[in-house]
Amino acid sequence: MARITIDRLRHSYMAEPKRPEDWALKEMSLEWQDGGAYALLGPSGCGKTTLLNLISGLLRPSEGRILFDDQDVSRASPEDRNIAQVFQFPVIYDTMTVYENLAFPLKNRHVPASEIDRRVREIAGMLDLGDSLMNRAAGLTADGKQKISLGRGLVRSDVNVIMFDEPLTVIDPHLKWVLRSKLKELHHRVKRTMIYVTHDQTEALTFADLVVVMNNGEVVQVGTPIELFDRPAHTFVGHFIGSPGMNVLPASLENDGVSFMGSRIEVIDPQRAGAAAGGQLEIGIRPEFISFGTTGLPVEIGKVSDAGRFRIVEARHQGQLIRVLVPEGYAVPADGAHLAFDAQHTHLYRDGWLVA
Amino acid sequence: MNKQINQKAWLLVLPVVVLVAFNAVIPLMTVVNYSVQETFGDNVFFWEGVGWFEQVLQSPRFHDALLRQMLFTGLVLVIEVPLGLIIALAMPRKGFWVSVCLVLMALPLLIPWNVVGAMWNIFALPEIGLLGKGLNNLGFDYNYTRQPVTAWFTTVLMDVWHWTSLVVLLCYAGLVSIPDDYYRAAKIDGASAWAVFRYIQLPKLKRVLTIAILLRFMDSFMIYTEVKVLTGGGPGNATTFLSIDLDKMALGQFDLGPAAAMSLIYFLIILLFSWLFYTLMMRNEAQ
Amino acid sequence: MRKRSLIPIVYILFLMLPIYWLVTMSFKTTNEILGGFSLFPQAFTLDNYIKIFTDSTWYSGYINSITYVVMNTVLSVSVALPAAYAFSRYRFLGDKHLFFWLLTNRMAPAAVFALPFLQLYSAVGLFDTHIAVALAHTLFNVPLAVWILEGFMSGVPKELDETAYVDGYSFPRFFVKIFIPTIAAGIGVACFFCFMFSWVEMLLAKTLTSVDAKPIVATMTRTASTSGYELGLLAAAGTLTIVPGAFVIYFVRNYIAKGFALGRV
Repeated sequence: MARITIDRLRHSYMAEPKRPEDWALKEMSLEWQDGGAYALLGPSGCGKTTLLNLISGLLRPSEGRILFDDQDVSRASPEDRNIAQVFQFPVIYDTMTVYENLAFPLKNRHVPASEIDRRVREIAGMLDLGDSLMNRAAGLTADGKQKISLGRGLVRSDVNVIMFDEPLTVIDPHLKWVLRSKLKELHHRVKRTMIYVTHDQTEALTFADLVVVMNNGEVVQVGTPIELFDRPAHTFVGHFIGSPGMNVLPASLENDGVSFMGSRIEVIDPQRAGAAAGGQLEIGIRPEFISFGTTGLPVEIGKVSDAGRFRIVEARHQGQLIRVLVPEGYAVPADGAHLAFDAQHTHLYRDGWLVA
Repeated sequence: MNKQINQKAWLLVLPVVVLVAFNAVIPLMTVVNYSVQETFGDNVFFWEGVGWFEQVLQSPRFHDALLRQMLFTGLVLVIEVPLGLIIALAMPRKGFWVSVCLVLMALPLLIPWNVVGAMWNIFALPEIGLLGKGLNNLGFDYNYTRQPVTAWFTTVLMDVWHWTSLVVLLCYAGLVSIPDDYYRAAKIDGASAWAVFRYIQLPKLKRVLTIAILLRFMDSFMIYTEVKVLTGGGPGNATTFLSIDLDKMALGQFDLGPAAAMSLIYFLIILLFSWLFYTLMMRNEAQ
Repeated sequence: MRKRSLIPIVYILFLMLPIYWLVTMSFKTTNEILGGFSLFPQAFTLDNYIKIFTDSTWYSGYINSITYVVMNTVLSVSVALPAAYAFSRYRFLGDKHLFFWLLTNRMAPAAVFALPFLQLYSAVGLFDTHIAVALAHTLFNVPLAVWILEGFMSGVPKELDETAYVDGYSFPRFFVKIFIPTIAAGIGVACFFCFMFSWVEMLLAKTLTSVDAKPIVATMTRTASTSGYELGLLAAAGTLTIVPGAFVIYFVRNYIAKGFALGRV
């Protein structure tokens, strides 16, 4: 078990990267505490799997260091790093039984047989695999196989970190949440450092204490699920997290204040606005924090769709779409509606990044 | 995949059935016909019953040819399958060299079989061939046209040259279809190179290895042209395998009855072995 | 370079040696060949090749071979296509037995069939025609093509067919317009194998022809037995038989690995 430090890490798959696009992973520094549950969240191709493979040692970084506690492991092999990984598609040893699968990593490390037996039975119990220990692993369903992959990581008492690479991809939808809560429960029991890579915000936000959001090979925000929701550091985070995502509206500076299509947005402090001079400005506001009123931004009401406990209203101001979330059963005003933005949650972005 | 029951599918299979039946059933009936009759020419035939079969099965000539055939096929399988597997394991998986390797390795498979025989004939000639001259210069007494042992050596070497690539290509295809994650997981689990082979590669290669062994068994059991051109079955009868013996009997001596009986026995042996092997492998897989 | 890449390199060298010897010999004069041992042609000559390209008994052999091989490939693959579709999509009376029976023909030694084939094709008046050889080779090529194509077709989801039928395609139109393009790679692989096995086979090709359709391989064996010592000419002819094969492999090099993997027992 270890604290993981990522120090000015950069990686490129090319021999001689020149342009910024050549870097699959742009320079980043992160620090993860021992025993924490972390998630790497981002769309496909954002570099999260590259980062994962760098941590596990399947790739060697082009630049920078990775430290487990205070030890530099950047060049160490996966075995020496003492990590475990659960892959997107279940990896099991077909010819072995469930028991032999779980015992395999210990056997390779020459652990005494009695100790192997004790560990395997303990972990199998945790994973509810106790009854099928003597069955051929090839006969299990996808979720059973993923449990074995995870089990092979858990049996080793010295594992520094357990990593998950989109582990629920091939699991049936109705079993996904079962496995997810199992994972959460296991994390509480074993207190190992776990890193969970996914493009699914629900998986990331329910599993992790701290989520790292990535896009285009760089870290855009590191925060708790609440922080990601309340204060997205980048319009990308606003878009990517939440459903529907944050409204991002074009803005400009006029008369020491922020305006949207010519209407002044009063909730943004002119002082904050002043700091944003230069660059392209945008206002970010989540649909949850907009309400209807008699004064404010005049809008026309478009489609209203029901989404269970709330309704999504598509309002338009001079053709610009603004989504508003209202509670179930709320009477949406027909015409002459006005929108009010919550001051706490209206943010100003310059070139995509949150202005202080 | 759940298949639908549809008897009209027979219509789609019909052209194949007609074509293959024309080529397989009629000649096979001819063979059966000959095998139970005696002729002295002029298209006059006498009923012979199972006499030819008894004669063939009891003749030392057939026993010897069968024994030689089994020894040859056994040797070829024991050499080519492990060798092909080793070469496939050592091949690069990505990049320019893969294409180069595949193209060069597949080359012997596309050379007409009598050219293979002729090529080895001139390659192994003791006086003017690269192999023959080379071995003699190294101090070996090598002359495949006179010594049974060197004739066998040359024949087996030729077959290894000709067909190992088939095993390589099959195994290689099986190997590249193993997802990278298996190797990664094994690395993380601390598996040794041997364990990776034993628990990942070998199980995943089982299917292609089955195909490889079956194909090599069938084709080596049927070997004719290459050996015919290389040694003509000699010296003496040293490399007279079943097909060559059959050819000598049918076209050389025109003993149609015994030749036909032997053909059928020969064909049945291949079928039996293939079926046995196939069933055993499949039963193994089902467990 | 790592140590283990030595294995393929040594193997390829071993493969190339006899081929090198054949090619070298084709550039030597008969006198030089019989006169003694030489690693390179001392008196480099193209006479052997000139003879082959100018003498019609030689070059017509190549034309004959290529003619029946192409006929066989087209015939085998086109009858195998609908059959493979039937095996991959439907269950019907006797399907498994039929499949196994087809495969047993791949196990039939050519030596067993040589004589009956001669009688059969003489009886139907096809002796010494390209069609005879093309038809005879379907004995082992059709089962092989069905086997390979079935493997590829089973990899195509059945939903493709269903969607097309819902869209109002008739079976023949669906098969030609949609299905065949989908499994183009599989057809390429099947063609490759049919070409290969028809090209390399000699016993049947030789038995079923005498003059008009005589394949190059038969021309070679007859030369070898009659004039015996024209080794240079023989080597040149042999070298030229490698060329079409090499050409075909080069074209399908990226499919070879895939084609072998998708075959089904």
